[in-house]
Amino acid sequence: MDPVVTAAPPASASLEVTGLAYAYPDGHQALFGVDLRIDRGERVALLGPNGAGKTTLVLHLNGILTAGAGTVTVAGLPVGKRHMAEIRRKVGIVFQDPDDQLFMPTVREDVAFGPAAAGMRGPELEARVRKALGQVGMAEYADRPPHHLSFGQRRRVAVATVLAMEPEILVLDEPSSNLDPASRRELADILRSLDVTVLMVTHDLPYALELCPRALVLSEGVIAADGPTGELLADEDLMASHRLELPFGFDPKSVRGGEVVESSVAGGCCAVHGER
Amino acid sequence: MGAGHAHRLYRQGHSPVHALPPHTKLTAVFCFVVVVVSTPREAMWAFAAYALLLASVAYAAHVPPLFWLKRLLIEVPFVAFALLLPFVAEGERTEVLGMSLSVHGLWGAWNVLAKGTLGVAASVLLAATTDLRELLLGLQRLKLPPLLVQIASFMIRYGDVVTDEMRRMKIARESRGFEARGVRQWGVLAKSAGALFIRSYERGERVHLAMVSRGYAGSMPVIDEATATRAQWTYALTLPLTALAVCLLGWTLS
Repeated sequence: MDPVVTAAPPASASLEVTGLAYAYPDGHQALFGVDLRIDRGERVALLGPNGAGKTTLVLHLNGILTAGAGTVTVAGLPVGKRHMAEIRRKVGIVFQDPDDQLFMPTVREDVAFGPAAAGMRGPELEARVRKALGQVGMAEYADRPPHHLSFGQRRRVAVATVLAMEPEILVLDEPSSNLDPASRRELADILRSLDVTVLMVTHDLPYALELCPRALVLSEGVIAADGPTGELLADEDLMASHRLELPFGFDPKSVRGGEVVESSVAGGCCAVHGER
Repeated sequence: MGAGHAHRLYRQGHSPVHALPPHTKLTAVFCFVVVVVSTPREAMWAFAAYALLLASVAYAAHVPPLFWLKRLLIEVPFVAFALLLPFVAEGERTEVLGMSLSVHGLWGAWNVLAKGTLGVAASVLLAATTDLRELLLGLQRLKLPPLLVQIASFMIRYGDVVTDEMRRMKIARESRGFEARGVRQWGVLAKSAGALFIRSYERGERVHLAMVSRGYAGSMPVIDEATATRAQWTYALTLPLTALAVCLLGWTLS
């Protein structure tokens, strides 16, 4: 749609956050200088206990909250008032509750909302919607109202609404919460099939290991660890000091998948984590 | 569109009336009602003609008479009010079945009853042949303030979500032994209503966040443009135009 995207140098990071600090208006400080960099095409998990500031960080990525200090850059574009529309198109956030995400009367209109808000119309828009719904395997549900779909289907449509904007980076807030094991696996298959940078906020650690070769641990408003997911999960001291716990009987060392992107994924454990 | 999403008033079909663009139907019904209301009440035959007109539309729309008549029941409270008029109105009185009734009131009752019924009947037909979603598109097309259309559209989308939340709260209350027996329990119900309000309000904030994240900047993007051809307009406006002819006849003859 615009030449700015392609003009960016190929080696550039999809997302770069430096020294990000934020305090809520009531004085509660949630972020104390977050630094992170995610390269194009990476799939990264953002792990952290409840209240670590994960959601606050996510809301900075597309400028819903603006930094008290520090900067956020998306594909070379600084997040700020000047490029807000462009930034919101590039950063696709899938929120935790699909009922919040899907606000239009039909699936088709909901998926069309983002591109239409950017000015797309007619057959081009229609093709974009069809493609996005096809990517999540929900093409035949286009004319259904969202509230008549199952929870797993709604989550997938929520992903499609964001994919329709062809984002630079896909940000998922607790993608596996409230999903049954089958829907969980289906969503994982979809996410793995996408050719897009993914930042996945979660405390479903096996899911992070399954999907993301790299993980960040956000704890008390700073990035406490950054490394291969398998190694982080195997580091018991690190895990314990940041209130991260593996489900009963799950041994990250027994699962290969974190290190090798294309490896087949062992699905041994399937405790579904989720708030709400 | 929207299989299953159809509201209870809607009746799926493929008649020529169903196929008309929503804004032409809205305009037709609106004009029809205006014409009916401006007809002199003494021209009783004119109202019969209107009823006949509507019946022919219903026939063209494949709306079964029984379905239509049942939906008309919504009018009952107004009928009750109309029936009261002859008893309470002032002025010249007349004897009907041994009861003393006001002539003025009788005319008033007839007026309310005839015009009201025709208006409701036309609206029921509109609702039966137009999906809610399409109605919204029609209103949007007719340049109703976009904010109103947005509010209505969110009502459709979130009505079920909120009702469901209410149902879950009810189950949660009852699971802990709550029974609404009388005035004493009203406090609990009021608190539940308050909690539901706050939850809905917070959901509203989250929805807004999700909208802003996808580029919402105050106005809904137009996704489905409703357009009507000249022929469709002519077809839809046949109803109010015929009614207008009847109305003018009514004025000249009475």
